[in-house]
Amino acid sequence: MRIKIILLSYLLTLVMGVTVVEIVSAQQPTPSDDQVNEIAKQLYCPVCENIPLDVCPTTACAQWRELIRQKLADGWNEQQIKDYFVLQYGDRVLGTPPPEGINWLVYLVPPIAILAGVYILFRAFRSWKRPIQSDNLQPNSSEAPQSTDPTQDEYINRLEEEVRKR
Amino acid sequence: MNEIPSSPNETPAPKASIRWGRILAWIALFALLVVVALVLLQRQQGPVAVGQTVPAFTLTTFDGQQIGAEEMAGKVVLLNFWASWCKPCEQEAADLESVWRYYQPRGDVLFLGLAWTDTETASLEYIEEFDITYPNGPDLGTRISQAYRTTGVPETYIIDKNGLLSYVKLSPFTSQAEIKAAIDPLLGP
Repeated sequence: MRIKIILLSYLLTLVMGVTVVEIVSAQQPTPSDDQVNEIAKQLYCPVCENIPLDVCPTTACAQWRELIRQKLADGWNEQQIKDYFVLQYGDRVLGTPPPEGINWLVYLVPPIAILAGVYILFRAFRSWKRPIQSDNLQPNSSEAPQSTDPTQDEYINRLEEEVRKR
Repeated sequence: MNEIPSSPNETPAPKASIRWGRILAWIALFALLVVVALVLLQRQQGPVAVGQTVPAFTLTTFDGQQIGAEEMAGKVVLLNFWASWCKPCEQEAADLESVWRYYQPRGDVLFLGLAWTDTETASLEYIEEFDITYPNGPDLGTRISQAYRTTGVPETYIIDKNGLLSYVKLSPFTSQAEIKAAIDPLLGP
C-alpha cells in the first residue's frame, strides 16, 4: 500500500512538472529593444515624417514600438508586422514604397535619368573629340600659334600702342 | 560661332532617330513634371472646404460595426479625428461626449470618432478613460484622413443633412456651447 502511495505521488509530481514546463515554454520571451528596433528602423510614423520609428521620440512612436514588441512576443515575423502596419496606417509607413501604381516612378526614374545622363555625356565627349580627329590640324611645335583674326590683330596693336604711350 | 567642318569620310548620323529620341525624352520629362506638379498641388490643397460634398467613407468601429453612407444619410454628422497620444484631444473629449448625449435622443445627429495613427490598445484605453459612447473606430490605412486632407489631430468636420461640409475645426473645441453653436443651425426648427 505504502509503495502504491509513493508511486502515485511520484507520478503526480512528474505530471505537474511536465505541465509547468509546457506552460513556461509556450510563452515567448520578451523581445529585446534591438529586436524591436530592427523592424522599427524600417518604418516611419506619419506624425513625425522622415524620422525612422526606432529613433522617433514622440509618444505615438513609443506606442508603435510597444506594438511591435507585443506582436513579436505573439510570435509574428517581420513581414507579418510590416503588413499589419501597412494595413493599419497605409503604405507611407514603409521606408521604401511598394512597387505598384505611381510608386513605380521611384524605381524607374532614377536609373532612367542616370542612363540618359551617361548617354548625353557620351555624346558630348564624342562631339568634342571629333573635330580634332577629323581635321588635319597639326601645329608646328617650333612656332608659336599665330592669330589669323584681323580684328584680334587690330586689338593687340591698339593695346601695344596704349602701353607705349605710358 | 564658326562651325568646324567634319570629315567628308564620316557617315551622316541618323538624324531622324535622334530627333525622335529627343522628342520622346522631352515628352517623358514633361510627363514627369506634370505628375510631380499634380502631387504637389494635391498636397497644397488643404482640408476639404466648407460647402463641398464630403468624401464618402465607411467606418468600421472597434466593436466591428460598419457605418457608411446609409447610416449617415439625412443626419448631421460630426466627424472627429483624434489620437490617444494627442493632449489637445483630451481637452475636448469630455465636451464632445456630453454634447453627443445631449443630441443622441433626437436621432438626427450622429457623432463619429476616428482614431488616427493610433494603436488599438491605446485607443480603447482612451475611450474607456473618457467614457466615450458614440461610435469610434480606427482610420484604417489613414484613408479617411487622406480623403479629408487632414493636417493633424484634433480636427472636427460637421456635415449637414445633405452631405455638405458646413463646419471645420482644426483645433480642440473649448466648450460645449461652441460645439452646439456649430450643430444647432443645421437641425432646423
